[in-house]
This record gives sequence, C-alpha cells and structure tokens, in this order.
Amino acid sequence: MTSIARDLPAAPRVDREAVAARQARARRRMLGRGLLYAAAVLLALWVLFPIYLITITAFSPRDAVYDYPKQLIPGTLSAETMRFFVDAEGVLGALWNSVLVAVVTLIFSTLIGAPAGYALARFAFRGRDAFRLIVLSTRAFPIVILSIPLAVSFIEWGIYDTIWSVALMHTALALPFTVLITSSIFISVPRDLEEAALTLGCTPATAFVKVVLPLALPGLAAASIFTFVLSWNEVFAAVILTLRERTLPALVLAALNQSPVPFRLAAGWFMLAPSLIFIFVIRRYLLGLWGRVSR
Amino acid sequence: MKGQRLGWAPYALLLPSLVFLAVFFAAPMVQAFGLAFQNDAGNWSLESWRTMFADAQFREALVTTLILIVILIPVQFVLAMAMALVINARLKWSGLWLYIYAIPLGISELAAGIIWFAIFTQQGWLNSILEGLGILDRPYIFLNYQNPAWLISAVVLAEAWRATSIIMIILVAGLQGIPRDFFEAADVFGATSWQKVRRVILPMLRPSVQVALILRTILAFQAFAVVIALAGGGLTVLSSEAYRWYSDYRDSHVAAAYAGFILMLSVVSTILFLWLLPVREEQQG
Amino acid sequence: MAEIRLQGITKIFDKKVRAVDEVDLTIADREFMVLLGPSGCGKTTLMRMIAGLEYPEHGRVSIGNRDVTDLPPRRRDISMVFQSYAVFPHLTVFDNVAFGLRMKNIAKAEIKRRVEGAAELVQLGPYLERYPAQLSGGQRQRVAVARAIVMEPAVLLMDEPLSNLDALLRLNFRAELKRLVGELKTTTIYVTHDQVEAMSLGDRIAVMREGRIVQCGTPMEIYDRPANRFVGGFIGSPPMNFLSGRIERSNGHLQVGLGDQMLTVPATLGGRTAGEVLVGIRAENIEAEAAPAEGAIAARTEVVEPLGSHLLVTAAVGDQKLKIQARTDFPARPDAPLWLRPEPDKLRWFDPESGQEIDAR
Repeated sequence: MTSIARDLPAAPRVDREAVAARQARARRRMLGRGLLYAAAVLLALWVLFPIYLITITAFSPRDAVYDYPKQLIPGTLSAETMRFFVDAEGVLGALWNSVLVAVVTLIFSTLIGAPAGYALARFAFRGRDAFRLIVLSTRAFPIVILSIPLAVSFIEWGIYDTIWSVALMHTALALPFTVLITSSIFISVPRDLEEAALTLGCTPATAFVKVVLPLALPGLAAASIFTFVLSWNEVFAAVILTLRERTLPALVLAALNQSPVPFRLAAGWFMLAPSLIFIFVIRRYLLGLWGRVSR
Repeated sequence: MKGQRLGWAPYALLLPSLVFLAVFFAAPMVQAFGLAFQNDAGNWSLESWRTMFADAQFREALVTTLILIVILIPVQFVLAMAMALVINARLKWSGLWLYIYAIPLGISELAAGIIWFAIFTQQGWLNSILEGLGILDRPYIFLNYQNPAWLISAVVLAEAWRATSIIMIILVAGLQGIPRDFFEAADVFGATSWQKVRRVILPMLRPSVQVALILRTILAFQAFAVVIALAGGGLTVLSSEAYRWYSDYRDSHVAAAYAGFILMLSVVSTILFLWLLPVREEQQG
Repeated sequence: MAEIRLQGITKIFDKKVRAVDEVDLTIADREFMVLLGPSGCGKTTLMRMIAGLEYPEHGRVSIGNRDVTDLPPRRRDISMVFQSYAVFPHLTVFDNVAFGLRMKNIAKAEIKRRVEGAAELVQLGPYLERYPAQLSGGQRQRVAVARAIVMEPAVLLMDEPLSNLDALLRLNFRAELKRLVGELKTTTIYVTHDQVEAMSLGDRIAVMREGRIVQCGTPMEIYDRPANRFVGGFIGSPPMNFLSGRIERSNGHLQVGLGDQMLTVPATLGGRTAGEVLVGIRAENIEAEAAPAEGAIAARTEVVEPLGSHLLVTAAVGDQKLKIQARTDFPARPDAPLWLRPEPDKLRWFDPESGQEIDAR
C-alpha cells in the first residue's frame, strides 16, 4: 500500500512524457505522410507532363508547331495539325492496317493460347512444367532474331507485305503472354464451381461455357486489350515484314526522317492516345495480368 | 485431376500453341542460325560475323547499347521502386496513382521517342523552358550528331519515362505478396523507413526484382524505334544495325548475325542476373 | 432404391500415395452415412469418387444396383454440396438453384415451382433475386443445399458443408440439416472431420484413417465400443482415456495392475493371462470420490476445469494422466488426492501393440 502511495505523484509526469512522445510520433507520421504525397505527385508529374506537352503541341495550329519559345498554356487549340497528319498519304490505310493486324492477332492468339492456358490452369499432366518453361523462355528471344528469317519465309509463302504476315508475327510475340495470362485468369475461377456444374448435369464443355467463361470474361477482355496494345505498338517486325501495306508505326518510322515536324508530333500523339484509354479500361487488372505473369 | 478418363485432354489443348510456336518460333530460330552462319552460296561460313565485327558501326552500336543499359537499368529500378513504395503506402486515391504510373505501359517506343523529340528538339519544350527561366539565352541544339552525350541522355530519359512502369507493376505485385504482418512487425521493432526497405522489403522482393531486371534488360537490348525517333542516324544501337543491314544493304546474313549477337547478350545478362541474385526455392511464387 | 455399394475402391495419387486403399462399404437406401476422419484420411477423395469427380484406380462404385464406375457425374443421379459452397457468383439465387433443372430441360413452370419449393425448405424464399455477393455465408450455404436438393437426386453428397460457418450458425444449421434430410429420405453421404457433427447427424459413421475404414457403425456403437485406440481417441470430447497396465493373476482371478494398484477385470481378457494391456475408459464413466473407498484407485488431482455443466478434472494415477468428468459440487483442488471408481462394464481393453480392441466379454 505504502509503496503505491509513494509512486502516485510520479504518474502524471510519466503521462506527460508519454503524451509528448505520442505527439512527436504523430508529427513524424504526418511528416512522413506528407513526404509520401509529395513523392506521389512528383512521380505523377514525371509521367503526365510529357503527355501534356505533346498534346498541346499536337493540337496547336500547324504554324504554331514551329513557334518558339513555346507557351505552357496554349493560346489557340486547333485540329489542323491532326487533320494534316490524318490526310497525309498512306496514313488512313496504315491506320486501318494497324487495326486489322491487332484484331487478327487478338483472335489468333486467343484461339491458340487460351486452350493452353486452360490446360495449364486445370490439369496436372506430365510435361506441364516443361511446357511452362518453353513458353517462359520464348521471352528471351529478341523480335529481331525472329523477324529476319520470318521475312524470308513469308516471301516464299507469298504473304510478305500483307497484314497476315505481321499478324502471324505479332501472334508469335503475344502467344506466350496469352498462354500465361489466360492460365492465371482460369486459375482464379475456383475449380469447385466447375465441379459443381459437372454434378448438376453439365458436360465438361457446357460447364466451361456456362460457368468458367462468364467468370473469366472480364479478365479475358483485359488480356485481349493488352494483346491489342502489344500489336498496335510493335514496330520492328512490322517495318521489316511490310513495304506498302504498312501499319501505322511502321509507316511513321519509315518516313520519320523525311517527314515534317508537325507530322511527327501528330503521329506521336495519335499512337499514344489509344494507350491512355486502354490502360484506363484495364487498370483494375494490371497487377493481376502483369504481376502474376512475370513470375 | 480428371484421372485416366481425360488423360489426353491437356495435350489436345496444348497442341495448337505447340504447333504455332514450332512454326513461328523454333523454325525461325533455326533459320536465323542458318542465315548467320552461311554465306550467300549456302555454305557454312563465318563470313557474316567477320563482316559484322569488322564494320565501323559495330563498335559504336555495341558501346552505345551497353552504355544505355548500364545507365538505364539502375535509374529505372530506383524510379520504379519509388513508385511501387508510394503505391504500397496505400495513400488516398491509390487506384489513381497506379493508373498514372502505369500509363506508359501502353505507349510504344516510337511514340515515346516522338514525345521526347518534342521536348529536346531545337524549337522544343526544353529550350523554351530553359530560356523562360533565363538559363539559356538562345536555343541549344541538344539532338546533334556531334553531341552523343546529349543524344544518349535523351534516349535514356525517354526509355526511363516509358519503360519504368513495367518494372513498377512487377514490384507492386511482389510487394502485395509480402504479408502486411512483416511491415507491422518491423514497426514494432522500431525500424525506420529506410531500414524497412533495406532489411524487409528488398530481401523479400528478390524474386520480383530478379524477374523485372531480366525482362527489362532483354527488352533494352532491343531498343530501336526510340533511338531512331530521337537521334535519327546520329546514334546507332545493335537493333538498328540489324535493321539497317536488312533493309538498306539487303544482307539478311549480317542482319541475322546481329540478331544472334543480341540473343547472346540477352542470354548472358539473364545468366548474370540469375547468378548475382539467386532466389531460394521457397521464395519462388 | 438407391443403395450405394463400394467394392475394393483404391485411389493412388502421383503413382505412390494411396489416398484411398481397398475400401468396401455398403450404404443402405435412405441411410445417412457420415465419413469421419482427420484431414488427409481420404474421406473427401472417397466421396469425390462416388460423385464421379475422381476415378478410382481399382474397384467398382454402384448406385442403386447400377454400376456407375465409368460414368461422369451427370449420369450418376447425384447432387453435391461443396465445402466452399461453390455457389455461382454470376447467377442469382434463383438461377443457381434452377441451374441443374435447366440442364435437364425441364419445363419453365415446373422449374419455378420446384425452385420456390426448395428455397422455402431452406428459408431462402425472400432472397431469390439476389446475387451471392449480397448474401451472408450462412445464406450462401443454404443456396448450395437448395441447389442440391432441388434435383431430387438418388444420392445427396455433402463435403464438410458446415466447416466454413461460425460456431453458433453451425449448431443451428446442423439441426436444420438433420430435419431436412430426415424429411427428404434421400440416401446421404456426409464428409466431416468434426466428430460431434458426425455423432449428431449420422445413422452410421465410417471412421477413416490413412485411406482405410477403421470402423463403421452407429454413433453409439462407435462411441461405446471403439474398434481401436485411434477411434477411441478421435471420437468424444475429451477423448477416451488410455492407461497401460499389466495382466496379473491372483487367487484364480485376473487383475490388471496400474503401477502398484489393482483393477478388477471381467472374467476373460480375450484369453490373455499375462503381458501388457491398454485400458480404455471415458471421462464420464469414472466416479470420483473425495475419500478412500473400497475398490477405488488412488490418484492425484492435477488440473480442475469448471465447464458449467460439470468439472473436467485431470488426474494422475502413478505417472499416467487421465480426464474425469465430475459433478460441479465435487471438492476438487489441485494437488489434492482423489479416488476413482470406473464403471466396470464401461472398461475397454486394447492390445498395446496393435491398438485393436480385445473382446473381453
């Protein structure tokens, strides 16, 4: 009893110290949070500022592209430069080719890759790890090394300089990703659901259509968009495999050093714009698609 | 899983992709090998390799490629790590930050090259801003073939801007695989933020770091359009030499030798990363 | 008629692990059979082979005199409730329950009638238009049950259906399930690792261990006469007490010595007259006394756990521990001596080597 009584007066002081320490900790926390937000904003500016610059340049009048010094807040906005680009010879055709190639690539790689992804996700079979390894290792091979011999083959097969040659090449590039991405998507659909469908009268095929497919669809759509972007952006194979039937990047690259600056900048913006939208659409799947697959 | 009943099913599902990879991956690989080690007459020879090594541009292309990689990879890694840590800190609007940092993921090398061309060109934004700030009194020509240091810097910046997001995504995915308990345990033991990064995060992220570095280095060896867009002919790298030999000189043998050389460098760098950053079995995710 | 007959069922994983090993089991029509065992004992694999989700390496499965060994699940006239519920997240409750009926191309009006009937049975009536994400865990479980029973299958299979529910919900739903299956009179197989669930639900329980059925019988049989040490230890809470002793003969009577004390023994011990033996006795079959009494064994109190309805006393006889269920007014104190009087006809005897029960009658 006495010892407790003696200790009592000391207690408030300990409390004050504790409160002060707590406040100091809270201040440090606030400061840390503040620094984090500053870093977040700075990094965001690093990404966004160049996009802002190309956008205001691409949407300034044609003459203003040459203006110097440039104003960070544009005086007039105009679609003139963009129209000049779109009206330039071959651009519309190349744009159409790019879309066709990307769509064909998407269809090919999904039809060929998704079944393999499903097999990796659902079956334990001999050679499963070997197959995974083959698919993973294809990533080590540069596009360069495939494009040159394939160009030779495509000439022999008579499909050189057509959208088909580029689409086949892009499918070869996209296929490993499609296999691994679809596999991780199918893994995320619980096997129990498929088995429940089997016990409720489904065949393996109807169980896939009625249960697995609807649940995998958002992920598959995101993966498709990714394939589309991959094809839309690819330039090395496209420029090697075509002469007249250029895709948009191939056309821009081949003409780059002879083309006027407004043409280049408008082209840059035009190739950039779809990615802004596509990445926005699949933003919720980014981590799942890339993070998992890259293991 | 389905036992002996459907034993053939997985193989049937794999067949299309195996056939496709055989025709469009394995066969071209073999052909590339043939092209690189044969001469025009179809005889085995090291002629194209000799031509490649003897070419005046070869040394320059190799050195530039290596300089690009040596500067680019650490810069990107630090940037990506910063982005990943910011996202992992679960700030407000974490989805927005992730989206912004991921935007370049969808941007092509060519587009990125053009965007940075708009910045670095003589009448471009960098000159405008520097003059506006009074640092320059007349535009400086950054992208000049007599000025390789600036050309390389521009390419490094453009690539760092464009291709950091892929590393960032891999690191974020890796960070999310680390149980929150670890961070909290570190907090309890009074670890500072820097200690947390060094002692907890980096060791646990090792598998992701390894994958990101390998993937990024392989892609960096293939840098091509960004160099052409920014430097035109002022700077050359291995891929653009392969392209030049194929399309300008119509010599697919030397082009294939370049391709083979790039492949070799990719394999060597992959082995190097696997050796420098060994990942223990239990860390594989 | 849906009698299930399993003959020599063997399932081998990875060419070496015998997950299910030569199992023979016959489940009568309308019987509620529980497969009980610790995790990894093969009970779920056995059920999945009855469902057709796995195929045995050897043996035959027949349902209602029809050999279904090689048939896929949809041809077996079974329904299954999964541990994870496996409710389809992209379908409403109604569509979930109607899923199987639609696969059978049953008329729309009939489907509506049956789905609503099944939903009524599991009290899901007001939730038919909801999606699973809008339901609680318990409600999702009801959807899974409704989806299975609406099929009016010959056999209802349930794989640990209650294990993902919290304790109170599990208790309520267990009783409800018992009522429901009792009304349906469908042959049911129920897999669980929870011995209380097994006791409360099953007409019979098949206890499994390492791929084999070690005992099959009514809950009371299994509780009262465990076939071996494993079953006695697995069933009952607390598990059966096991004390090792040695058989001795004095004045022509058999006795078993526990340390320096003697335990009276039934007339025969399966013909054994010497050697070691394992005595099994359940906590509630031992009378505790606070004072020395004729024929009682002296012991020392170690731990006293008041459980409301009774005291659970951990006592030591020599260096062997056992648990005793004592009345709440029993004056138990740690370290105090106490005297134990086991009910003679509840004593069970086991071979110390094999663990098998010795028939002492």
